[in-house]
Amino acid sequence: MNATFNRYFDDLRKSRVWTSVFRGGTGQSTLHNSMAIQQNVFLHLLPTKVRTRLIEFNATWYLGTLTLGTFGILVITGILLMLYYHPSVPQAYADTKDLQFVVSSGQFLRNLHRWSAHAMVFLVFAHMFRVFYRGAYRPPREFNWVIGVVLLLITLLLSYTGYLLPWDQLAFWAITVGSNIASAVPLMGDKVRFLMLGGHFVNANALLRFYVLHCMILPLAALFFIAIHFWRIRKDGGLYARHTEPDVVMTTAPARPPL
Amino acid sequence: MADTSTSDTNKAAATNERTQTTAYPAIDRREFFVRMGLGSLGIAAAGTAVFGYQFLSPNVLYEPSPVVNMGKPESYSLDSVTLDVDARIFVIHGKEGFFAINAVCTHLGCLTAWKPDSARIECPCHGSKFAVFQTEGKRPGEKIEGPAPKPLPWFKMWLNDEGELMVDRSEEIRPLTFVRV
Repeated sequence: MNATFNRYFDDLRKSRVWTSVFRGGTGQSTLHNSMAIQQNVFLHLLPTKVRTRLIEFNATWYLGTLTLGTFGILVITGILLMLYYHPSVPQAYADTKDLQFVVSSGQFLRNLHRWSAHAMVFLVFAHMFRVFYRGAYRPPREFNWVIGVVLLLITLLLSYTGYLLPWDQLAFWAITVGSNIASAVPLMGDKVRFLMLGGHFVNANALLRFYVLHCMILPLAALFFIAIHFWRIRKDGGLYARHTEPDVVMTTAPARPPL
Repeated sequence: MADTSTSDTNKAAATNERTQTTAYPAIDRREFFVRMGLGSLGIAAAGTAVFGYQFLSPNVLYEPSPVVNMGKPESYSLDSVTLDVDARIFVIHGKEGFFAINAVCTHLGCLTAWKPDSARIECPCHGSKFAVFQTEGKRPGEKIEGPAPKPLPWFKMWLNDEGELMVDRSEEIRPLTFVRV
């Protein structure tokens, strides 16, 4: 059966449509395998060659990949939830209840969105601790650590903006408290809060602003930085393996002139 | 002869002028255009920031008026503390007279509540407690305990022509300013 499958797949790969889409051409050589990665718009972000040991569970615990997985679930379930949700004061809470009790699979999708959000925050932190304790943030990977911090902030902002959308008591008071924390910024705190909420209270403008941030601006920002994050793994020499690092990185600090 | 000497002088002057020009930091045409381009981009970026800020600040707000009508003073019995949840203020009828204080906690904006048992205003979020009547050396609105950084402000209160209590929630006044009816 495997042979039959391979024969049909080879025929497919020789077809005109396939060769017009995938320029690597047919063949099993290392060159063809490399080109399959390098010439694909999505896969070219990733390293062409990876050590077998580094794609085993033990090397990374797959925390970054799992985070991407939860992000994918959140995008898909989020888009589906958007089809039934109106970001307006009279309707937001009723729509949330409708999703739970009236829409087919609505309860499942809402819970999946919520639990994936919790899981994503947990996984982002787990990933960060793993990178920190393994020392994988050290040069030449220090810029990718910075990108990771930006992604952590975006993840937390996504959680925060999504919190308001059900428009229940918990959401209302959590955002009231959160936006008051923002107003503690020196000098321009009250202005920051005013721009955030689009008014003096958590109201219709705030709901709409948080909706746009949650469904449009922050996911796009996340996608942008995720792409850079992955591409930097390749540019910084692939996944971090402790025993492949030069000793100088491990043992010596740069010499400083005495003060 | 005179003509020649004049032209010589001109030539010398021209040479002198040229050397003077090149003595200034040289800006050729390309450099000039680069600076013009970067300058315009900078101005455009600053303009975009200003327009962006203005666009994001709403000019018209469909929020409730800060001035609220709290009804007849007779409806508030002596030593009563009344919370209006919609207006987010306490109307208090004390021995000295009527006054209104903000019911929004100065810590993080939660709605506080009047607790008759302890005769205090308490915030459910982080446990700030405020005085209502002049007790324990505290004036009404002052914090007794908790994380609140400031006392609950007093709002301007007056009687309108129909003899009803009016409160302006946008105008804070000096504490211990009572309305006597």
